[in-house]
Amino acid sequence: MAIRWGSYKVRNLYDELLRATGRPRSAAQALCSYLRTLKDSEIEEYKVAAESAIHVMGITFTVYNEEEGSIDRAWPFDMIPRIIDKREWLQVEAGLEQRVQALNLFIDDLYHQQRIIKDGVFPAELLQDSKNFRPECVGVQAPLGIWAHICGSDLVRDKDGTFYVLEDNLRVPSGVSYMLENRLVMKRLFPEMFEQNNILPVDDYPSQLYDTLAALSPRPGDQPEIVVLTPGIFNSAYFEHAYLAQQMGAELVEGSDLTVENDIVYMRTIEGLTRVDVIYRRIDDLFLDPEVFNPDSLLGVPGLMRAWKCGKVALANAPGAGVADDKVVYAFVPEIIKYYLDQDAILPNVPTYKCINKLERQHVIENIHTMVVKPANESGGYGMLIGPQASKSEREKFVRLIRRDPRNYVAQPMLTLSTAPTLVDHHVEPRHLDLRPFILSGERINVTNGGLTRVALRKGSTVVNSSQGGGSKDTWVVDMEAI
Amino acid sequence: MLSSVANRIYWMARYLERAENTARLINVNTHLLLDLPKRVRLGWEPIVDISSRRDYFYNLYDEADERSVIRFMVSDTRNPDSILSALNMARENTRTIRDIIPREAWEQVNTLHLNSKVNARSVVTQRHRYDYLRSVILGVQTVSGMLAGTMTHDEGYDFLRMGRNLERADMTTRIIDVRSATLLPDMSEDLTPFENLQWLSVLKSLTAYQMYRRNVHQRIRRTDVLKFLLLQENFPRSFNHALCQVGNCLSNLPRKEKVLKILVQLQKKLLQARIQEFDQEKLHAFIDELQLGVIKINDSISKNYF
Repeated sequence: MAIRWGSYKVRNLYDELLRATGRPRSAAQALCSYLRTLKDSEIEEYKVAAESAIHVMGITFTVYNEEEGSIDRAWPFDMIPRIIDKREWLQVEAGLEQRVQALNLFIDDLYHQQRIIKDGVFPAELLQDSKNFRPECVGVQAPLGIWAHICGSDLVRDKDGTFYVLEDNLRVPSGVSYMLENRLVMKRLFPEMFEQNNILPVDDYPSQLYDTLAALSPRPGDQPEIVVLTPGIFNSAYFEHAYLAQQMGAELVEGSDLTVENDIVYMRTIEGLTRVDVIYRRIDDLFLDPEVFNPDSLLGVPGLMRAWKCGKVALANAPGAGVADDKVVYAFVPEIIKYYLDQDAILPNVPTYKCINKLERQHVIENIHTMVVKPANESGGYGMLIGPQASKSEREKFVRLIRRDPRNYVAQPMLTLSTAPTLVDHHVEPRHLDLRPFILSGERINVTNGGLTRVALRKGSTVVNSSQGGGSKDTWVVDMEAI
Repeated sequence: MLSSVANRIYWMARYLERAENTARLINVNTHLLLDLPKRVRLGWEPIVDISSRRDYFYNLYDEADERSVIRFMVSDTRNPDSILSALNMARENTRTIRDIIPREAWEQVNTLHLNSKVNARSVVTQRHRYDYLRSVILGVQTVSGMLAGTMTHDEGYDFLRMGRNLERADMTTRIIDVRSATLLPDMSEDLTPFENLQWLSVLKSLTAYQMYRRNVHQRIRRTDVLKFLLLQENFPRSFNHALCQVGNCLSNLPRKEKVLKILVQLQKKLLQARIQEFDQEKLHAFIDELQLGVIKINDSISKNYF
């Protein structure tokens, strides 16, 4: 059975390609007509071509396995793209720029005067309890005043079609390499679609990343030595680390490749020690420097924090940037934007109840069966309660957890995520998805055109993580005005 | 180039070479044993000796019979020098430099390791052994060919060639040492024809027979074989050739002076030796010196670059 839009039902939620009437949205019209003309055999050909492209290009993610060590798995990919109209995207883009700009001002303020606390906008006790606030960073002058140079914000759409920010990843957001590779695969599969439509490009990301990093160099003028610091081959994002290093022409290093002498960072090369100016680090704060943080860390570099503090090397993202990557801080972002920029947030937050606040806590506990409860500092979907799907005893457990440590929990009403047509065998079915755009902040702010669309491949599921049955789609921002 | 990357390329090449050499060695020994009279018991122990793992072997196995030695040298991952261990190490080293070497070479190393693992059991029976060992040899040669044809011949490639050639030099001396020592313990008259056979197998272990024939037009004699394997400049598995290659690679690299000095010392020692006068004892002592020299070069490369 080929793709028949007539049998694709959009029920009571937002679909990215089709209206509730079953007719394609205007930006998706060309694609939907094209897909309708495909025979089963052609769909099969495309599927095989996509799989072999992924295999040949070696797009993998790593899953650690006790028996065989780590293994690379092919990246699950759906060949039907998600399409966003450029006019709508410009709004999202403006919202993301505004958000990241405010967050960077917020982080810089927290490590200096803490005006926002003195002015009573952000509660002091939240900062004291924050797991990601690094007292070691207080007073450090970050170059350009920017701490989160690379941000990946997760967006979802609710049933009315509004984009909401679900969370901001300010530590070491990953996924951008898949966004780039997905586009390469799609260009191989559907060259004619790219010829006929005005799909905004994404491939300038590595060079923008390079420029963002290069601007941080403590030795301006010279050609800076930029390295990507990876925890190593067993990390699930190792493919991406190697990919970005390669694309930027930077060295991919592990902690043992670096050494610090007289507060200057060097890498060991066959020519001897070579000075390093900028480190795009893909390891967490606590593993960066065993002298300052986790003393058992073998991934980091002793002395790295000293070198960074005295400005002899730049780290991106800066240590301590994660303080704003916290689900309780998230709830304050609209206030943060207002405080620093004197603007209203362009992109709304998902309504978020802070359990630290007595009234809101009461509301959460009374309505826990409709809520998603999240711990403040976990990522990747760990330690969460999805109220409508949880058992009675799980709900009771979370009520106890919230009462014991209210600061550590926030709750949000359950959203109905948008869907997009996704290939199942030879026909299409709706599957839920989200979107992770990447925002680079340096001398200027760059937002990717679109981002990484992650899709829950299991029917009805809203879990998009690749380790749990998620896949991805290419994201097309289509300019309808230019022909 | 990062030191750690150079280090991995170097060891990738060494381990690949080791797997190939071991495969050749076992192949030739299988054939040699079929040709020798049954009362001459050369057996399989010399193979264990060549890898200098005699004590370790007897910890794991009771007897150096064919089955045990083959298993130890091919599929036993407890032996760090077995073909499977070597291929595994080669793969691990290659994995981490996937962004440096051409992707088809990585895929070939990966496939080679996988196939060798899956088929490892077939090597115990003589009938399938040849095919198995041949696929290892061809697999390694394919990687070498791909790298030669598609990898930029930059410093990384120099480290690759240095690793390969030092491993070769090392193996050549090991084979000469063990084979000449166990050559027919009592040289009684009626065994002389077989001495010829054994030197022939030394040549064959190093794929040198045909090339020897083309270069040395006489019958196979100890001194000629030794000279060919140690001093020949153009035969790729001769000791001297391997050293010259390492020297060429070094000349492209920065900060090479210390390593070059050690290399030149060893070359001098090699070229000044009067091989025709060596009896068995002297030969053994000389080979020892050469092996120490190879170790010194290896250490000096490690210290200087990694």
